[in-house]
Amino acid sequence: MRTLLLLLLLAGPAWAVSSPSEMLPDRAQEQRAERIGEQLRCLVCQNQSIEDSEADLARDLRGIVRSRVVAGDSDRQVIAWMQARYGDFVRLDPPFRPLTWLLWSSPVLALAVGAGAVLAGRRRHAAPAPLSDAERARLADLL
Amino acid sequence: MSEAVQLRRRLLLLTPLGVAAAGGVAFLAMLRGMQSGNFDPRGVPSPLVGRRIPDFSLPAQPPDGVGFGSADLLAAGRPVLVNFFASWCVPCVLEAPVLMQLKEAGVPIWGVAYKDQPDAAAQFLRANGDPYARLARDEPGRVAIDFGVYGVPESYFVDRSGIVRWRWAGGLSADTVSQELQPLLRKYA
Repeated sequence: MRTLLLLLLLAGPAWAVSSPSEMLPDRAQEQRAERIGEQLRCLVCQNQSIEDSEADLARDLRGIVRSRVVAGDSDRQVIAWMQARYGDFVRLDPPFRPLTWLLWSSPVLALAVGAGAVLAGRRRHAAPAPLSDAERARLADLL
Repeated sequence: MSEAVQLRRRLLLLTPLGVAAAGGVAFLAMLRGMQSGNFDPRGVPSPLVGRRIPDFSLPAQPPDGVGFGSADLLAAGRPVLVNFFASWCVPCVLEAPVLMQLKEAGVPIWGVAYKDQPDAAAQFLRANGDPYARLARDEPGRVAIDFGVYGVPESYFVDRSGIVRWRWAGGLSADTVSQELQPLLRKYA
């Protein structure tokens, strides 16, 4: 019973990275590396970030992110390093550029199209044409 | 009812039909593209295409005793197909006969054993044929990352000036070779 309690006490929390041995000893650096890694797509299991993925390549990329953080690269530099090798696709948050402007501006565009449709609808219903003489005569007849 | 109103009503009815038809056509085009491999939502487009190969130097993979690096590719004086493979990779087995055919056609293929043990890779080449003019190994997989490799097999077509002209992720098939690689071989010969 005592050994079991001891084991439970020794058991660490579950980390984002698969093994605590990957973590940097410096807490601030490790947190920065995790923040960067969360923005990078694992190219193998594509809807996971490299921090979440168990894939071999993701582990290698985590190691590279950490070594670059230790070497003093800024967040932007580390991400640029990855982007130079794996393209925009490696970023879970794609950059705004000619190729992606449609992606980023689609909500605004959708809103504009909707607003246009509403305005056009309003204008059409705004002023009904006045009755012609013949219509007026027919109306008088009916009433 | 005036003619203008009638026309407007007809247009209103046709609009959703038109949108649905356009969507259908786009969907068909996407399916066709996926079939021919042109539109793969999971594909990772290579930013290396049109750029120079990264600087690297890799140790030998038996039976080749030298290894190679970026300087050797530049000194080759002709386009080279750089192929990353591994003995633990199943699509590499399927790709092997296609590479052998390319070798017979005189295309220089340089192989990099990716994250593999030298003995295992050598055994793989004995079993499936060795299409490689030169061989190197990248056990840590670090040079592969500089190339943007995210799985094996992966092939890079490098022209004589060291510019990557084409990248194929996954096994090469006879179709890929005839539709994509052959035109490049003619263009950069």
